[in-house]
Amino acid sequence: MSIAAKFEIEYLQYLDAEGKQVRDDLPAFAQDLNQMVELYKLMLSTRVFDAKSIALQRTGKLGTYASCLGHEAAHVGIGSAMKPEDVLAPSYREYGAQLYRGVQPREVYMYWGGDERGNDYQNEPARHDFAWSVPIATQCLHAAGSALAFKIRGEKRVAVCTIGDGGSSKGDFYGAINIAGAQNLPMVAVIVNNQWAISVPRKIQSGAPTLAQKGIAAGLYCIQVDGNDIIAVRKAMEDALERARNGQGGSVIEAVTYRLGDHTTADDARRYRGEQEVKDAWAKDPVKRLKNWLVAKKVWDDKKEEAWKAECDDWMDNEVNAYLETKTQPVTAMFDYTFAEVPADLEKQRDLALSLENTPNNSRAH
Amino acid sequence: MAQITLIEAVTQALAYEMAHDESVVVLGEDVGVNGGVFRATQGLQEKFGELRVLDTPLDETTIAGVTVGLAAQGMKPVAEAQFEGFIYPMMEQIACHAARLRNRTRGRITVPAVWRAPWGGGIRAPEHHSEANEHLFTNIPGLRVVMPSSPARAYGLLLAAIRDPDPVMFFEPKRIYRQYKEEVPDDGEALPLDVCFVLRDGTDVTLVTWGAQVKETLEAADALAAEGISAEVIDVATLTPLDFDTIAESVQKTGRCVIVHEAPKTAGFGAEIAARLAEECMYDLLAPVERVTGFDTHIPLFRLEMKYLPSTERVVEAAKRTLAAS
Repeated sequence: MSIAAKFEIEYLQYLDAEGKQVRDDLPAFAQDLNQMVELYKLMLSTRVFDAKSIALQRTGKLGTYASCLGHEAAHVGIGSAMKPEDVLAPSYREYGAQLYRGVQPREVYMYWGGDERGNDYQNEPARHDFAWSVPIATQCLHAAGSALAFKIRGEKRVAVCTIGDGGSSKGDFYGAINIAGAQNLPMVAVIVNNQWAISVPRKIQSGAPTLAQKGIAAGLYCIQVDGNDIIAVRKAMEDALERARNGQGGSVIEAVTYRLGDHTTADDARRYRGEQEVKDAWAKDPVKRLKNWLVAKKVWDDKKEEAWKAECDDWMDNEVNAYLETKTQPVTAMFDYTFAEVPADLEKQRDLALSLENTPNNSRAH
Repeated sequence: MAQITLIEAVTQALAYEMAHDESVVVLGEDVGVNGGVFRATQGLQEKFGELRVLDTPLDETTIAGVTVGLAAQGMKPVAEAQFEGFIYPMMEQIACHAARLRNRTRGRITVPAVWRAPWGGGIRAPEHHSEANEHLFTNIPGLRVVMPSSPARAYGLLLAAIRDPDPVMFFEPKRIYRQYKEEVPDDGEALPLDVCFVLRDGTDVTLVTWGAQVKETLEAADALAAEGISAEVIDVATLTPLDFDTIAESVQKTGRCVIVHEAPKTAGFGAEIAARLAEECMYDLLAPVERVTGFDTHIPLFRLEMKYLPSTERVVEAAKRTLAAS
């Protein structure tokens, strides 16, 4: 019997769970310790931001919120590897990548706080990124379409989509990587495998031993990385982005991590997973891991950590205040962005709605 | 000037706009070398290349989602759903993203895309190739639903759809793709969206329809005229946003209305027009509004399909019932 094709999936890790370096060949960016400190600071601020969001929700000041606890290395690794001109098509919890690209915490709060203006990212480069995508995996095809636009126009840009382990079961994901392979599109799909799709564990999503290998069927480069090791995530991203930018094809990166929090604030993960599993996952915490490494390199210490956390607290307090001070949109806002111009027939309903302007809004954040 | 069919008018509009706007691209299954299964994209790949006339993998979800991505990045994609019966996998991308992105990003991201689909029955096609499902889209906010009924309107409305800054469903009545030819100057002149076209003036009864049924409805108006009954015929053309004013003005004049469509009756788009007439023109009506539609069944395979589609006779009878009532 001859072999028609043969494949393997590489696994990449630089820092183990304790933050000990397991390979000597550090990529260039990781040899720049100042830059690594900056990445660490963003991971930490993402964590402070996330805790603040949950506190807002628990005190009735935010609607349902999807936490990113435990994903900081994966998300910051993705966002920091991208160039400003690239495009990110996220799902709905990739704040670490988005904050790096200019999304403001107040915008996240506005979105989960019931205001569409949260999706109207004001700062570049986030301004040309896609908005959060709640329908699972649909954003993968937006990345594929963006990548096709770049290819048609001859632009050296890359479209990146992020997806969960559950999302990688959906046809939209398969469709996106399939056309990316068929058309050699500059696209990178990152499966942030956090082991849980609400209550459904990774093993129920697929019989494949890795999710990265799904890209093999599409003809893409595939790699699995330790998603709690920001050096591994960013290195895989840099390689994938460079290949895509140079017309050498798209990639699927599986970043193996763990959802340390509930799916959203409306979820209670204790219903379906054991305490020990979560405890074990905390032992692989991406933030603590990088901190240990930076402390060992003598570029970070507890004093710096406390000072930076205090700065983050101030930043978030400022963002929270800006969010809480945002006035609700006028009732006409629900009409004014349905089409470029309000059609005559809709104008009649808009006029009718004007009378609702001063009626109470009974919907409460939950 | 050459006389062209409705399908040739579609091709002519696509070619015109692609030649004048680099951001216009066509994508779908078999749209390339083959020129589409109905030949709507005939010759376009030769003229504009494989990237601007792109054969996609055989996956409707992919076509729909890639179209959203292209449009969000400033392209003007015209996607082809090979048949309206295959459009269902596209609906999530259309409803959740194409029609919604402008609103949910407060105008930051827009989707100036067109989805073309050969629509409707009457061509002895296999199963799932003869559906009339436009009403599934007319309830989606942020989406235009357009259906031409002649070569000239196919040309002018498709140009308008491509130029429109918002997503448009463009349903092409395949039964009349090659029914007749007319002169359609290739002058790039678009027709207005969001307006009904009054195809024939009349005073006794208003016949409201769209798409392929315009044929039977005009024939019915001729038959009624032979009996001394003056029927006004309105081609709705853009179903949503609806130009109800044109319909209302006509019904205020005639006092009678027959709505004709191919789709099933219950919750078909005719129900919306009838409801609006009840709300806004009740006291102008001299007779109950009539609907001549497909039945609330699946369109049968082709041996029976012509009994399903509204016939000229059924339209004539319905019009006469409105006259008998008052």
